Amino acid sequence: MSKINDIVFRIKGGNQTARATIEAALKKAEMSSDYNALLSFTKQRALERADDIDARIKAGEDVGVLAGVPFVVKDNFLAFGAPTTAASKLLENFLAPVQATAVEKLEAAGAICIGKANMDAFAHGGSTENSAFGPTKNAVNAEKVAGGSSGGSAVVTALDVVPFALGTDTGGSIRQPASFNGVVGVKPSYGMVSRYGVVAMASSTDSIGCFTTSAQDAELVLAVMAGRDSRDMTTLPDYFTPQSDIAPMKIGLIKEFMGDNVDADVRARVTEYAEKLKLAGHTIEEVSMPIVKHALAMYYIIVPAEISSNLARYDGIRYGRRAEGVSTLAELYGRSRAEGFVTENKRRILIGSYVLSSGFYDAYFQKAQKARTLLIEEYKKLFEMYDVLLGPVAPTPAFSLGENTEDPVKMYLADIMTVPPSLAGLPAISVPAGVSSEGLPVGVQLIGARQNDALLLALAKQSEGDEQ
Amino acid sequence: MTHISDEDTRHLAQLSGLQLSDDELKQLGSTIGNVLSYVQELDELTTDGVTPTYQVSGLQNVWRTDDVQASAVTRKELLALAPASQSDQIKVPKVL
Repeated sequence: MSKINDIVFRIKGGNQTARATIEAALKKAEMSSDYNALLSFTKQRALERADDIDARIKAGEDVGVLAGVPFVVKDNFLAFGAPTTAASKLLENFLAPVQATAVEKLEAAGAICIGKANMDAFAHGGSTENSAFGPTKNAVNAEKVAGGSSGGSAVVTALDVVPFALGTDTGGSIRQPASFNGVVGVKPSYGMVSRYGVVAMASSTDSIGCFTTSAQDAELVLAVMAGRDSRDMTTLPDYFTPQSDIAPMKIGLIKEFMGDNVDADVRARVTEYAEKLKLAGHTIEEVSMPIVKHALAMYYIIVPAEISSNLARYDGIRYGRRAEGVSTLAELYGRSRAEGFVTENKRRILIGSYVLSSGFYDAYFQKAQKARTLLIEEYKKLFEMYDVLLGPVAPTPAFSLGENTEDPVKMYLADIMTVPPSLAGLPAISVPAGVSSEGLPVGVQLIGARQNDALLLALAKQSEGDEQ
Repeated sequence: MTHISDEDTRHLAQLSGLQLSDDELKQLGSTIGNVLSYVQELDELTTDGVTPTYQVSGLQNVWRTDDVQASAVTRKELLALAPASQSDQIKVPKVL
């Protein structure tokens, strides 16, 4: 069922104006303020754009496939109409002079951004508790975390404030909050969607994707955003074409992620999903991927290294926060950055500086990049035998607010199942698969070979179709 | 267990352009030690002779035609983002 198509159909058919649609979404967003899912609204610009679309419909113009559809972007996307803070004090008042390519493309298709979503500051985290502006609450249970780092985007989608929201996924930041809030979350293949105008975290894995309530809607949004961009030279030549009919597939269930250390409810939901796929005519086989248990260690070397380099640009000189009362340039850098970053940002920058420093470069950074090659090779072998790999998104449903904040290693372990495809640049999606005994949403993860994004979505669409 | 001394953390902070308080140095130092201990499990993997992978795009030497595009942003707009400016230039404290 497509919420997006419903809205576009009503607006283009003259049954509802774009303005009324946007006003309703803004009202719903304001009513959901207890969740702290949104950091700002782009109200004025959104209403102006809605009026423009309504006028163009009256004039009989083509207003695009997403005409009048409200959406939210994670606050690390540069967008007009509100500051782009990356949920940090460093960029608290930063007004972007340009927009991200993804946002521009969605606007060109008629979609209307209504606000900017809370996140872990600079996308460092897995719970949205690292936001400088307070945590976001889970959409289903306010005692629980939203997941992260794209927690706000997941929550506004789950609360039906908007039919879709954008997020970024470096090691699971779309898939894990999607699982925790019971929505669809797509991390496309590395290079499918332009990252121009998005605050960089770890350039070798950063990917842009979306949250929706159906795989069909995800496909609509991705079809608009995908494609080569001369302003992001890591984008791949256009390849994404939505797919409908699928032949019976061979699907591998990753054994290493179905062990005793994984929550029993999570395992049960994954097993049920696998049964459902079998009923739809697919073959499911258990597969072993021994190296996958080392992926988290690779990730927490490679990613902090790239973070320490990417975040060096925040110097308090050209934009962003500048500390007051400093007398030297070194003090200006040191104090502006210390005041502007949250603890987790600092931790990752320091780890990055450590693993890149001359005495440790080979033992840590090089070692991890070599291990990454082995991981990629193992995926390649598996994809010679299987069309799709299946497993949980996270070892547990949403954990409690404050539960993991004191222990970074424990917090990082929540990413253990989502980082492997990120390191290999593979497409991976999180699809809702029921709830735990506590009533918390549980997602399953579908992983595809590089550039097999459309196949994954087609499989997810088929499973959704079975439910109706 | 990887031990990171206060002195190590101070040095890393200096390399990273972060001026941290003593409390922060202590707290970050101990958690960094924990993370570095965790990632050392990679030593279990034999990686001799393996080529490292630094990027996964599969792309190499991406070229474009050298067309000059007009900037979407003006000098005035960029200067307005700077915390301090004077005479069309960004103002910083004394370097030397």
